[in-house]
Amino acid sequence: MKETVITSGRMNPGIDPVLHAWGWEIPIYLFLGGVVAGILFFAGLYYIRGKSEQYKATVKIAPLFVPAMLSIGLLALFLDLTHKLYFWRLYTIIRWESPMSWGAWILMIVFPLSLMWIATFIEDIFPNWDWKFNFVKKTVTWLTGFQKWMAWGLIITSLILGMYTGILLSAFNARPFWNTAILGPLFLVSGLSTGTAFIMLISKSHEEKSKLGQIDLVLIAIEIFLIIHMFMGFLASTEVQIHAAHMFLGGPYTAVFWTFVFTLGLIVPFISEALELKGFKIPVVIPAMLVLIGGLILRFIVVDAGQSSRWLYKFVEQLQ
Amino acid sequence: MARYAMAIDTKRCVGCADCVVACQTENNVPIGYCRDWIVQDTYGEYPNLSMEIRSERCNHCDDSPCVRCCPTSASHYAEGGIVLVTHDECIGCKACITSCPYDARYVHPEGYIDKCTFCIHRVKEGEDPACVAVCPTHCMIFGDLDDKNSEISKVLRSRKYKTLIPEAGTKPHVFYLL
Ligand code: SF4
Ligand code: SF4
Repeated sequence: MKETVITSGRMNPGIDPVLHAWGWEIPIYLFLGGVVAGILFFAGLYYIRGKSEQYKATVKIAPLFVPAMLSIGLLALFLDLTHKLYFWRLYTIIRWESPMSWGAWILMIVFPLSLMWIATFIEDIFPNWDWKFNFVKKTVTWLTGFQKWMAWGLIITSLILGMYTGILLSAFNARPFWNTAILGPLFLVSGLSTGTAFIMLISKSHEEKSKLGQIDLVLIAIEIFLIIHMFMGFLASTEVQIHAAHMFLGGPYTAVFWTFVFTLGLIVPFISEALELKGFKIPVVIPAMLVLIGGLILRFIVVDAGQSSRWLYKFVEQLQ
Repeated sequence: MARYAMAIDTKRCVGCADCVVACQTENNVPIGYCRDWIVQDTYGEYPNLSMEIRSERCNHCDDSPCVRCCPTSASHYAEGGIVLVTHDECIGCKACITSCPYDARYVHPEGYIDKCTFCIHRVKEGEDPACVAVCPTHCMIFGDLDDKNSEISKVLRSRKYKTLIPEAGTKPHVFYLL
């Protein structure tokens, strides 16, 4: 028998008894990063495939929401910082070893890129749009010549952004539940899926919606596969990771994860999109909203569970 | 170049927590926080009990995830491999807190990240860290591993020792003599 106690009574706020360094801000940031990655990826993809008119919501309209989403995401990140006045330090250096650093920089590329992308389509969407200043109009016309390049840029940066939202967590081997290479692809696919769900919500074209529904079907299938794979990997790994997996297989996260994320966020939308494909009429808002909410809860749970999984002082879990 | 490390004799430590108080006083640690702490492991079943007491702190790891993941390089290796945080470079993103398998860091009420500094201000003056200096059982040895004749090098050559969770791969530099 072994019993461990911290006899000097360590109770550092935010650290003890269970780590709580990151609250709601980081999950929101990761979620919005994922949705943005999804929107921009498909915008770029369908532009390159020459479907800008058929898939208008994908290529032209959904990206309009991106700057707002990115701003809210960055605001959440900013609110999370405890030494806010020094925020600018993030942008005085690039550190490749730090996902926090290159993630912040990737956002600084995605943000202006999405603005330029929108600018080149704005007269298309709002025919009465007036740029007011001639030089702006000229710049935009000039930029329009580079749409194809921008589309490629969107595809590449959105994939990096989507991966980053997972890698930010999986880079920490100190937290056994995060320390799996699956988290990068899982968050990327989940991001693409929430992105398609968002576009489905605003699209008015039946053809576009059903195409996106089909894509989402595949994405959800991959996500289910990755989640199962992730747990298999944990269970076949070291003690701390087996322990981490058990938080979801009987432990405190079991009910919320398997009900809200797995069943309502993946299985139900999967079935409803499959039925839609078979010709049943199911309002698109049902699977789309479920996917979005499921994706949001997934990020909250993963951020929280990672902080509850640990190497040392496992007695803390017995106290809970 | 020096490589500073600490060896703590678990056979001598009685868990009095003088080191904890000395650190709080020396470093002006805010009330309710601590940079070092005492862990007591009890093995066996009554009446056959054995005990290991450790004074724990930041391990000033050689391969520190906290330095690696810091986006601003506020967390860095200072002289002798001591891991430090430059306060006015730290943005408080807390990546380093989540990256430390030892939970050795915390957010200082002023916003930056704080933790054990091996009392670098004292070490520079040739003194021992406060916790080492104050220990009534002399169970802690601080010194330079690169100096083959230092007390710590000698004791690590002659005694059995362990580090905490070496499997986390951080190459900790606080050694526990067994
Ligand atoms: S113990 Fe933690 S804070 Fe200290 S150097 Fe190692 S990883 Fe960094
Ligand atoms: S909280 Fe400060 S020291 Fe820690 S990783 Fe962020 S910037 Fe670096």
